[in-house]
Amino acid sequence: MSELVVVGISDCKMTRNPNVLVTHALGSCVGICLYDRNIKIGGLAHIMLPDSTQFVQTSINRMKFADTAIIDLIQSLLSYGADIRRITAKIAGGAQMFAVQGNSQIGSIGIRNVESVKTILRNQRISILAEDTGLDYGRTVYFDVATGLMKVKSLNNIICEM
Amino acid sequence: MFNNYEELNDEQLDVLREIGNIGAGNAATALATILNDRVQISLPKVKIVDFESAVNSLGGAEAMTVGVLVNFLGEANGLIMFLLNMEDAKGITELLTHGHEEDAEQLSELKLSAIREIGNILSSSYINSIATLTGLRIEVSVPYVAIDMAGALMSVPLIEFGTLGDKVMFIEEDFVGEAHQLKSSIILFAEIDTLKTIMERLGLEL
Repeated sequence: MSELVVVGISDCKMTRNPNVLVTHALGSCVGICLYDRNIKIGGLAHIMLPDSTQFVQTSINRMKFADTAIIDLIQSLLSYGADIRRITAKIAGGAQMFAVQGNSQIGSIGIRNVESVKTILRNQRISILAEDTGLDYGRTVYFDVATGLMKVKSLNNIICEM
Repeated sequence: MFNNYEELNDEQLDVLREIGNIGAGNAATALATILNDRVQISLPKVKIVDFESAVNSLGGAEAMTVGVLVNFLGEANGLIMFLLNMEDAKGITELLTHGHEEDAEQLSELKLSAIREIGNILSSSYINSIATLTGLRIEVSVPYVAIDMAGALMSVPLIEFGTLGDKVMFIEEDFVGEAHQLKSSIILFAEIDTLKTIMERLGLEL
């Protein structure tokens, strides 16, 4: 019996075959699905911001930022027996929800989130097998840990599986 | 002293609620004028809540929602987002444009601009109440409108003010007219320095 594991905003979860991870309504946020095909465990992080180092506060929620969340998710996959050489990624989100003009952060945060996620994954030598990013609409992401397939759903009923 | 919304004390929260109440009163007057109807407002509920519970009161993360986003800047800086569920949005635009609903799924460009204008007027009502109470000079940006999942829209102000913690100031208000009823939700984010200025201007000790 497969179970649906819900990942909130600024949150991260991992699970095993045959469960499915889901995160709802990504806007400018990015969902990062990491997977070890051999032992069929996967994780999903829902990040809001590109970089934790801009924030000086002592206590940050590490799941809010691309840099800290991805590193933590990799670590927990490894602790459950994943091999870093086998981990692959699929990503979705990073939209621009409002057509704001000028150089406000609102207009560019989606793009910066996606760029940051890609840089971090590249530095960890994790390849991105599929992505559905950018544009101007919200996305819900399902990640099936039995198959490694990511399914992206939007309100205009575009569903793509990759 | 506070550095995010979670650290506001009861007295400071009361000030924010009061601003919300006055803003809501102004908003109802403005709405009554546009709709040419008597509009009563319920006592607005002003809450500082988790993102998730704000999303849930709009019908869940994936609920189709109309969002109007307005930036305010000047001596006070922040962002207001006005949110309406799709049903209410359709209802109110029908009244405003005196149109027939040809397409149940989509809002026409005309109706979208009607919504944008309502969002603009309501947001301005809140900003005006802050400006009037505090004497601060505040300007508002042009309104931006989008129709999408509630969660995706509401994450925009949360991201913009990511330093302020994970709570949002959420104002729920029912407008009840003779012919129609409308439930609106507003998210208001002000920069922490702006919040401090507002509190100071209103005579609260920090």
